[in-house]
Amino acid sequence: MSSLENISLIATYSAMAVYTISFILFAVDLAGRAESMGKPVPTRWLRSAMATLVLGWTIHAFADITRGISAHRVPWANMYEFGLTATLVLVGVFLGLNLWRDVRYVGAFVSGFALLALGIVTVNFYVSVSPLPPALQSYWLVIHVCVAVLGTGFFATGAALSSAQLFQHAREEGKLGGRSWRFLSAFPASDALEALAYRILVIGFVFWTFTVMAGAIWAERAWGRYWGWDTKEVWSFIIWVLFAGYIHARATRGWRGRPAAVLSLVGFTAVVFNFTIVNLFFKGLHVYSGL
Amino acid sequence: MTEFDSPDAPRKNRVSAPIRGAKLGPVEFLRFAWRLLTSMRTAIILLVLVAIAAIPGSIVPQRSSDPNGVSNLYSSDPDLAKLYDQFQLFDTFTSVWFSSIYLLLFVSLIGCIIPRIIHHWGVLRAAPAEAPSSWGRLTERRLEPATGGIVASLDRAERALRAKRYRVLRDGDSIAAEFGYLRETGNLVFHVALVGILATLALASGFGWNGQRVLVEGQTFTNQLSSYDTFHPGAWFAESNLQPYGLTLNSFTPTYVHDDVKDAWMPVDFTADMTVTDSTGIHDATLKVNDPLVAGGSSIYLLGNGFAPVITVTNGAGDVVFDQPVVFLSQDSNLTSVGVVKIPDGIGDGLGMQGFFYPSAVKLDSGALASNSPEPTNPTVTFNVYTGDLGLDSGASANAFQLPIDTLKQIAGRHTGVEVVLTPGDTFTLPDGLGTVTFSSLSRFVGIEIRHDATQLGVALSAFFLVAGLLAALATRRRRVWVRVSGTARNPKLEWGAMSRGDDPQLDATVNALVASARQGPNDKVATV
Repeated sequence: MSSLENISLIATYSAMAVYTISFILFAVDLAGRAESMGKPVPTRWLRSAMATLVLGWTIHAFADITRGISAHRVPWANMYEFGLTATLVLVGVFLGLNLWRDVRYVGAFVSGFALLALGIVTVNFYVSVSPLPPALQSYWLVIHVCVAVLGTGFFATGAALSSAQLFQHAREEGKLGGRSWRFLSAFPASDALEALAYRILVIGFVFWTFTVMAGAIWAERAWGRYWGWDTKEVWSFIIWVLFAGYIHARATRGWRGRPAAVLSLVGFTAVVFNFTIVNLFFKGLHVYSGL
Repeated sequence: MTEFDSPDAPRKNRVSAPIRGAKLGPVEFLRFAWRLLTSMRTAIILLVLVAIAAIPGSIVPQRSSDPNGVSNLYSSDPDLAKLYDQFQLFDTFTSVWFSSIYLLLFVSLIGCIIPRIIHHWGVLRAAPAEAPSSWGRLTERRLEPATGGIVASLDRAERALRAKRYRVLRDGDSIAAEFGYLRETGNLVFHVALVGILATLALASGFGWNGQRVLVEGQTFTNQLSSYDTFHPGAWFAESNLQPYGLTLNSFTPTYVHDDVKDAWMPVDFTADMTVTDSTGIHDATLKVNDPLVAGGSSIYLLGNGFAPVITVTNGAGDVVFDQPVVFLSQDSNLTSVGVVKIPDGIGDGLGMQGFFYPSAVKLDSGALASNSPEPTNPTVTFNVYTGDLGLDSGASANAFQLPIDTLKQIAGRHTGVEVVLTPGDTFTLPDGLGTVTFSSLSRFVGIEIRHDATQLGVALSAFFLVAGLLAALATRRRRVWVRVSGTARNPKLEWGAMSRGDDPQLDATVNALVASARQGPNDKVATV
């Protein structure tokens, strides 16, 4: 193992440690909002939570870049590297979104999810840098996986907002009373959360459309056909169709609101399933996980 | 896609259910069924159903992508395999149930977009909509002094709207303006492109074909039906579709590196040096993974490779009865490979040999051989030799990589006490004066796939329009702006009103910019506020 590769791994663990602190601070903020009297407002912990998240993200980016340098290629050629880069993009999308709208209230979800995903790929799927097999030696690796990572980042942020929307919806209907749910009153109303989730998921859908198309072009060059219902192709198709369904649902009376949010979460579950179960247990041509 | 239920779109979300108990005539029933099928709710349910119906295609092996998986299941659990087959689970994506769902979805889609195309065609040629009767319902309203007189300020408002590419209708003292027709245009293009993909697949896939061929170094493939090892013609394939050309494999060079952490060899490059002979002449070409070759209007892909030891067999009389490279299929990353030699005639009752090939053979403590590298540093073949009827004359199709060893008599090899272990140049003398077996030399082979896909162009064009439509629809907002005169004769005012289709957090800023630009005239510099 080269020293740079080692440094990258150490940075990954450091990023996880900082994300843990950030997650705790986000949680303390939400709990503090629930405790305070009157209308819950963000507590002073929120600023520290955001600051630690930015710090963790910087270390994370360093880990990702050094991994790429030590491998002399893009850092997304196996499951560990995909997870490392996808969680980086997820946190990056969340941080970038905050420049446009204040969505810090889903920070606990985002930091918690990123921490969990990063922990799982690092502990279970870590592989040392190895050369690319001929099938992966293509500039389509850069394009196809890059847009897949971006799509995943937006889908994950959208899922965070859709879940917040579902909780908020339940609270607005009086189903989630009591002090422990009071922090939700610091969140936007469920229809505002839905509008925001929709805009983010639509971007995810565009990236996913590009993922499938770039994948088809690459498959044509590498395997001689652009579409062959390989297990990964099947699941990419399922994800695309589910989010197409979500976009339609959102514009349909009777499906708007809760049913659409459920569909969005089902879609994100399929994304996670596609990355984990399909990679590990299903047979197919995308056996790049390096395990 | 988005906003199917926009106020003036013809697709109805409300499906008026027939009144319970009321008898429907056939016409009414058809109309009700059509409206139900083309409703948005049905479309969403069909989308979710298509997603669910695709799942078995990823769990059960598919004949199209994993034929070995299907035959393995048939041998390991024939009852389950038969059950799967009854429900067409091995052919999910061509099954009756999957096809009916997506065909219903496309009928629903077409039934939805045709009225919308007609409607949008009308909208595109019509003037902007009139202001609603209740001005108070508009999302954004502004009241501006009509500086410089009513006509001059209306002129400036009109110019400001036109500068922002609004379609403008000036009618006396009022202006109606509309922007963002591209949203619905893009939306419709997206959906028509989806139909385009399906139509291309339906119409053009019958013209395609694909075939596979194993080619040993030095061999030449000529493009005719009999040269293929396997061939899958489309419905409208004719042999005359195969354009004449020849393809020679001069050499195949793999490159491996040793991964010290995993202690394993990893391939980093596969290069096949070929010579193509076609109507334009003879030229050299390189075939690599991810880099197909084009010849005779079809694409040639490098899909597999391995070793092909040249085996020579003579019979008891000394006549050569077999002398050719034998393709050995690799079983692991160090290319331990298995192959079979079948000689039905000319030697005893028939001779069958089951072979194992080790590119760099080493002896394990157990005495068995293993390969410790994919490079041929110590190429070694071992054989189990059998005599008897190989069953090739019965006419039944036989697997080229299997011997019917149950009905044969083993005369040499494992468990017989007579090991057959050959390196290049070695000859083994068969027992009972049957003849000899020689490992003459070592070649490599490649597995190539030759494919002609008539759907590519249509699908690529459709995909281009699909993305263009999607981006145009998502990037555009449909906005309507109206301007009318109010206030008193001495103190005239312009009243602005605007609304958007769907959520539009930017509408407020857009109207502000329009009003500011109309205040100054669109060509003057707007003073920084």
